[in-house]
Amino acid sequence: MSGVLQPFVSLGHWAWGLLVTIVVWIFGHDLAPSVLYAIKVLLLIICIVAPLMVAVAYLTLWERKLIGWMQVRIGPNRVTFFGIRWLGGLAQPIADGLKLLVKEIIVPAGANKFLFLLAPVMAIMPALAAWAVVPFDPELVLANIDASLLYIMAVTSMGVYGIIIAGWASNSKYAFLGAMRSAAQIVSYELAMGFALVGVLMAAQSLNLVEVVRGQQGSYGFLNWFWIPLFPLFLTYLIAGIAETNRAPFDVAEGESEIVAGFHVEYSGMTFAVFFLAEYANMILVSTLCSVMFLGGWLSPFPASWPVLGAPNFLWLLVKVFLVVSTFLWFRATFPRYRYDQIMRLGWKVFIPVALTWIVVLGAWMQTPLWVWWK
Amino acid sequence: MTFNEFVFYLFAAILVFAALRVITARNPVHAALFLVLAFATSAGIWIQLQAEFLAIALVLVYVGAVMVLFLFVVMMLDINMTRLREGFAAYLSLGALVALVLVVEMVIVLGGQYFGLTGSPPPPPLPADYSNTRELGRLVYTDYVYPFEIAAVILLVAIVAAIALTLRRRKETKYQDPARQIAVRRKDRVRIVKMPAEKRD
Repeated sequence: MSGVLQPFVSLGHWAWGLLVTIVVWIFGHDLAPSVLYAIKVLLLIICIVAPLMVAVAYLTLWERKLIGWMQVRIGPNRVTFFGIRWLGGLAQPIADGLKLLVKEIIVPAGANKFLFLLAPVMAIMPALAAWAVVPFDPELVLANIDASLLYIMAVTSMGVYGIIIAGWASNSKYAFLGAMRSAAQIVSYELAMGFALVGVLMAAQSLNLVEVVRGQQGSYGFLNWFWIPLFPLFLTYLIAGIAETNRAPFDVAEGESEIVAGFHVEYSGMTFAVFFLAEYANMILVSTLCSVMFLGGWLSPFPASWPVLGAPNFLWLLVKVFLVVSTFLWFRATFPRYRYDQIMRLGWKVFIPVALTWIVVLGAWMQTPLWVWWK
Repeated sequence: MTFNEFVFYLFAAILVFAALRVITARNPVHAALFLVLAFATSAGIWIQLQAEFLAIALVLVYVGAVMVLFLFVVMMLDINMTRLREGFAAYLSLGALVALVLVVEMVIVLGGQYFGLTGSPPPPPLPADYSNTRELGRLVYTDYVYPFEIAAVILLVAIVAAIALTLRRRKETKYQDPARQIAVRRKDRVRIVKMPAEKRD
């Protein structure tokens, strides 16, 4: 892969050299290092966010296509680039985005205008900020901080504010009901999710996500990953992740058959699009974290002794994220929506006891010679 | 002014503004949201003090959980400001006392040098691989294990008490027993009756 990327790397080096010269010329030798550092971090952020936005756009297309096939339909197949037939459907996300971009933003009468417009921002902020510590490769991580697992939990727990503020500021009964449902649901499932992460940090002996993946290294490929010793926590995390992102079958916050569209019923145009982006970015985030913590991140599923296939690579992470995200879509096409009291019961009376029990089992297991997942 | 100082003063200004708005905002939901802002900003200041575990825990516990439930309740309450103001005179004396205690405490802390207290020296710079989280965990589970366990037991008692409060049965509440719902068989609900078709005239 490095051979293919070589021209780009050389080009990058050349462009960076040019930038360094310009910055030194403008700011002088004293200020230049800090200015360059800021520019570098900004460029890296763009390198993460831009592909993420493209991934979000095409995830919507993949969702419609996949669910279409599952229900023996075709899915979007009309909008194409430059009228080329066999690209049919591929331009659909771009057409949708453009449509939402040029639509009017309607602020309902009696709504709190500032909070109404702040809500989508509050929804997408955590969905993007959490990516700062996600490792794509041992070296490819924006901020390799020591407590990245804690950071992820803290940042993602702020995502519910967008929904609550939207529900309240819209001055609408349906939006308010959606917000209330969502607040209770997210607070409940966050506990189960947090306990699942406790198991991960116990097994990895670290709060750092890079170390978590390193803890899953070994010569047996996918048998070394944490999904085996932490299987109940893996399931808990995956299902709580679906509930946290308000996806079907836990989408009572939107519940279009009961409360129209829930918390974003009053939103139109770009404000609605931002909520949409946040939901899909969160989906990709949860899938990525699931892949990093339980499915070995960038590690190969094949034994390390195999040539090429056994080597760790960023592409493995992409494949895993794609499979986990597709499971999310599969769930949506398969299960009917949970009733509200069933959701609460599942969160409090099933997942939390299961996670707590497994943490105790894990603690005992790690003290015995039967624990074979040491680094 | 270094960049660090600039960040501190910026965060401190936002924190003071948010804290002021918490008590001056008319709308209780706005007040709660300003409290969220105050928590998030103080977490930023704690990170500047290299206390990243405490900062993240503050965001996780207070911003992510406590304030969400707080907002949840505040949004559902029908708060009548005129009725709230009725008791103002009655609570004024108690409030004034609390305010006085707070002012005295702050004077003692901020004016320490006038009472013969010398400030503690700034902590030595920490190595790059220093882990605040690991250090805190080590202290809490070794040197301070008994106070920590006692605090945990007190919290457990509080949890049990809070749950016990909800255990009263009210007649008008309808409960569903999932075990019974699952155990239902067709013959319990549906009875198939064979009837002869009506005679044709």
